[in-house]
Amino acid sequence: MNIDYFFNSLAFINPEICISVGLVVILLLDLFLKDSKKYLPYTSILFLLVTLYYLIDQVMMMEQAFKPIGYLPMVAVDSLGTYFKIIVVVSSIFLVLFTTLSNEFEKGFERFGEYYTLIFGMILGMFFMISAADLILIYLSIELVSLSSYVLAGFIKTSKKSSEASLKYLLYGATSSGVMLFGISLIFGLTGSTNLYEINRFLGMITAPNLIVFFSALLIFAGIGYKISSVPFHFWTPDVYEGAPTPITAYLSVASKAAGFALLIRFLKLGFISDVVSTGIWQTLPVFNWRDLLVVLSILTMTLGNFAALWQDNVKRMLAYSSIAHAGYLLAALSVQTEAGVMAVMIYFAVYLLMNLGAFLVVILINNKINSENIDDYDGLGTSMPYLGVSLGIFLVSLTGLPPTAGFIGKLYVFLALIDSNMIVLALILLLNTVISLYYYIRVLKHMFLNKRKDEPVAVKNTLYEASVVFVLAAPVLIFGIFFTPLVNFARTSIHFLFSAL
Amino acid sequence: MSNIGLNHFLIISSILFSLGIFGVVTRKNAVMVLMGIELILNAANINFVAFSAFGNFPLKGQMMALFVIVLAAAEAAIALAIVLNIYKNFNNVNVDEIDNLRE
Repeated sequence: MNIDYFFNSLAFINPEICISVGLVVILLLDLFLKDSKKYLPYTSILFLLVTLYYLIDQVMMMEQAFKPIGYLPMVAVDSLGTYFKIIVVVSSIFLVLFTTLSNEFEKGFERFGEYYTLIFGMILGMFFMISAADLILIYLSIELVSLSSYVLAGFIKTSKKSSEASLKYLLYGATSSGVMLFGISLIFGLTGSTNLYEINRFLGMITAPNLIVFFSALLIFAGIGYKISSVPFHFWTPDVYEGAPTPITAYLSVASKAAGFALLIRFLKLGFISDVVSTGIWQTLPVFNWRDLLVVLSILTMTLGNFAALWQDNVKRMLAYSSIAHAGYLLAALSVQTEAGVMAVMIYFAVYLLMNLGAFLVVILINNKINSENIDDYDGLGTSMPYLGVSLGIFLVSLTGLPPTAGFIGKLYVFLALIDSNMIVLALILLLNTVISLYYYIRVLKHMFLNKRKDEPVAVKNTLYEASVVFVLAAPVLIFGIFFTPLVNFARTSIHFLFSAL
Repeated sequence: MSNIGLNHFLIISSILFSLGIFGVVTRKNAVMVLMGIELILNAANINFVAFSAFGNFPLKGQMMALFVIVLAAAEAAIALAIVLNIYKNFNNVNVDEIDNLRE
């Protein structure tokens, strides 16, 4: 039997191999070195940087890995995948920095070996989620990400909130991945294959809309929708985001959502699109058109997210609903089903990474000082910690999508994609939602800058380290708001992905 | 009596799936909810194996079912650890009473 293809493929998954080696090294360090806890963040960052190097190395690569002769590939290594993997790695680096900054982990310090091991497991899962071209691999990688994140959400074992978050995450997550598996089994029965390229070929033979395909696609969407927290699979989001340690919350809201969207894009395009015409419009298979479903879901998701965020008193919970709303905007961009729509998703994620991680970082730093995440306790903090106040202002304005911040650019491209394909109504709904979201973002700033503090003002100095991490996130938000051509160009060159199976 | 065909297996698996969803929705004990999730996974497994046996798909379904069994075991291990931790913190595993996090 010829297994050369296997060894040849290993060269295409260098980043994944690097992450796996990192996982093992961290596990062994934790096992054998007594005071390894101090070095674990450095080790993790080292491995993440090496992974980033390998990823940049394959930015333009278009290869199919694990493709036995006469069969279709298991993994597609392409520039779309690499783009999302870079987003995952960058947010992982920030996760490690956030972990060192947060003081929520004082009790869990002894177990940091597990913590970083689980994070690396999660990154590995996301990488395979992003480049999987086979339903088996999709299910396995979703489970790998989920299992690690259940534990990470409940990492502070003695905290009631944290353990409750992990239970809720577990119950919703396990159910939706089970439902997804049932959908996969139906698709497998219909087409006789788990490979997305082959499924596409079989579905192309069906010339009329088919109820069973619709049903099983819906079931599979349950698993993906839970990862990107789209309505109606969003119920876990506010509870888990509030209860989990804040660095993990920030990571879940960016990295696992990015991986989920990459998976959704690939699943839609490989499974249900017959051709791409030169103008970048996707030709859907007659068997099932996702557009109506995605439009309805995106409207529901953004409206529910924004309205529920209006009356939240906990900042983390408010940001959770805001992240649901952002998933709605991204679904709107995807429902266009054009290359422009995918590009809008990609640009939005790069921007969303900066602003959302930044907002959570300020929440972590403020929580370190005043030990509260309640919006009412933020009164007057703008004067006692002006640096954090102004940075949070930048991040929140950017999340709203106002110029001159990067959030505006993200929203602009979503609008352009929608208007280009004449989906004016959806664009208007998106605009109205942005106006609603302005209220709850600005409300935090009002508490910080306009309300007077009742008790003694807390005079706080930030360490240079804290200030510089905030700066690293805040500066690009402003820079990309004005000078966004490099980002757009990078997204435009990365948009190509492996579509034909040959 | 006619021979047992694919439809019989599919009916069994849909019943199992529905029972699983029913269990997840109605049970209050976290362990029972997890049992419901196991039922959902096994319903999918029956589908895989039945499709593989009656369709002309050489052993692909069986392979998938093996993966699912392994993952179900891993998930059960993690799930029970989390439920145990919940019991330590809350002194019960009733999902209705574990709701400190809410609006």
